[in-house]
Amino acid sequence: MLEFDDIQHILLMRVPALTGRYEFLSFRSATGGRAWLSAIREKVQSAAEVRVSVEKEKRWVTVAFTWNGLRALGVDEASLASFPEEFRQGMVARAEMLGDTGANHPDNWVGGLATPDLHAIAILFAGDEAERERCVTEHNKFIAQCKDVEVLSSLDLAAVPPFIYAHDHFGYRDRLSQPVIEGGGELPTPGSGAPLKPGEFILGYPDERGPPTNLPQPEILSRNGSYMAHRRLQEHVGRFRDFLRQNAATPEEQELLAAKLMGRWRSGAPLVLSPDKDDPILGADPKRNNDFNYKEMDPQGYAVPLGSHARRMNPRDTAANMNRRRMIRRGATYGPYLPEDAPEDGVERGIAAFVICASLIRQFEFAQNVWANDRNFHELGNERDPVIGNQDGTLEFKIPKRPIRKKITGLPVFTTVRGGAYFFLPGIKALRYLATLGDVR
Amino acid sequence: MSSGRNQQDWTKPAAMAIPKGGFLKDKVEQGRYGPIFPKTPACYGFSILAKVIPGREERFYEYARNIEQAVAAQPDCLAVLKLHYLRWVLFPIKGDTYFMYQGIFDTDFDKYTEDAVALFGATGLKTVFENLEGFPADWQTNAPAFVKFVREHQCPSFLEYGEYPYVSAEEIKKALRLKAAFSDMLDQMQ
Repeated sequence: MLEFDDIQHILLMRVPALTGRYEFLSFRSATGGRAWLSAIREKVQSAAEVRVSVEKEKRWVTVAFTWNGLRALGVDEASLASFPEEFRQGMVARAEMLGDTGANHPDNWVGGLATPDLHAIAILFAGDEAERERCVTEHNKFIAQCKDVEVLSSLDLAAVPPFIYAHDHFGYRDRLSQPVIEGGGELPTPGSGAPLKPGEFILGYPDERGPPTNLPQPEILSRNGSYMAHRRLQEHVGRFRDFLRQNAATPEEQELLAAKLMGRWRSGAPLVLSPDKDDPILGADPKRNNDFNYKEMDPQGYAVPLGSHARRMNPRDTAANMNRRRMIRRGATYGPYLPEDAPEDGVERGIAAFVICASLIRQFEFAQNVWANDRNFHELGNERDPVIGNQDGTLEFKIPKRPIRKKITGLPVFTTVRGGAYFFLPGIKALRYLATLGDVR
Repeated sequence: MSSGRNQQDWTKPAAMAIPKGGFLKDKVEQGRYGPIFPKTPACYGFSILAKVIPGREERFYEYARNIEQAVAAQPDCLAVLKLHYLRWVLFPIKGDTYFMYQGIFDTDFDKYTEDAVALFGATGLKTVFENLEGFPADWQTNAPAFVKFVREHQCPSFLEYGEYPYVSAEEIKKALRLKAAFSDMLDQMQ
């Protein structure tokens, strides 16, 4: 049985937010950090709380810490050493393996995210702009009183219009194909496979291999916690639209090219099920929009190119041990919408996402290192993920087609990593444990 | 992150001298579990050498029969390892038995480590490594410990050669399938 009242809501639920803000914080002293946490943790909602209140609530708060942040709060050295090495090192130290080189290198990151001073993130999701403003003002006032807590940077979130469904700045429908957790209360949609053991995402529970092992200590700190890999990806919308126009003659062909890069039409309709024309009703239908495989239905990639984003991030029945590689995705878009007919304006916009998993090295890093950035994935030879891979303008994208495939050479860079970090997402009791670390026990 | 296919010509046999320690100077690629041994004209590979726990030799022969049966029953059971060839060798040094496990494959070992651990843990493929001195008892739940053992017992090559360099097993199989398809087509045209 999952302890819903001890699990931060972000792990199990999506909230109906249209806006929000991330604050990246640094603690100059352990007592200062703990004072901030003592107050903010009252605002952090568990999954149980959000379940009963999601209709009437208008704001949702999550907090998480880097390894340096746990140390800054006063976690003892033995406990710090019990966390997995990749989390202790942090995302910056793992940059080369993750593909964060060239323009994506941490030297180019913004907001202080690449510095060891990054200790915590406070995530605010809000139902509307007024609520966001109210919460930000309140938090700013509170931070001003915390003399040893510094805001390194913040990022304002904004959904991309039209607000009928969640999508990114490129126009792709988001929130499709999420794993379902056993006992989490959700039923998997057709094609999504059986629910996965909770230990794949939440520390302290059995995972797809067996009982939990090698958990960070003490148990109160790790239980009901998880890891969040944060990725801030700038989307070069003008360049993306230019690419579609330059490589496809008609609006219909441009839509098809966009679909080939992703593996789904921008409406969300899977190319496997609707290979030749878009089907927005299918895209919006959760009973049908995930009900397909690759091995039997599209082995050569005639519908979904072997190197497309969706086929890399979730190879379904064409990869081994898929149940050990799944990830929960959360996050939001940021930056202003670029109207369809407007030229690139140079303003930063993109996705600020979190990948939630119980093992960064086995889940997030594997996906990034092998699925997104292995040039030879599926014997493709000279490709990386066309959307999130480390592109430098020299790679290819091959679109299988009878009788002759289409090969795009010199694929442009559509996204740039602007920041990232590994966070530990503690359970509710663990937040109290951290907040009271200095107290006599 | 893979540097990808080496663009060298497969028609031109190639040899590569590898510096002491097994890594090429200035070109060490990082994997999830540490630096990756380089891809050579003989693809990726490892040569793991370790001492057998005294009295356990017979287990290795038993293991060989198990693997033979497992592969016969399910020919793609090792597919995830992206292999060309594997060789298991036992040899004596001063009265002790040592084991050498040598593999040639198309992707660096780091990439599919967890899959390999899961594979070895699957029924019938219990790893013979359990009979080696120093092998971690908790290997099934501790992939990093498994990797550490493999890395510590890896003896890197100082020279590797490929008659058809850098070609993957998948490419070879594809070429043979194509050859078979052409033969079939020619037969049909008689």
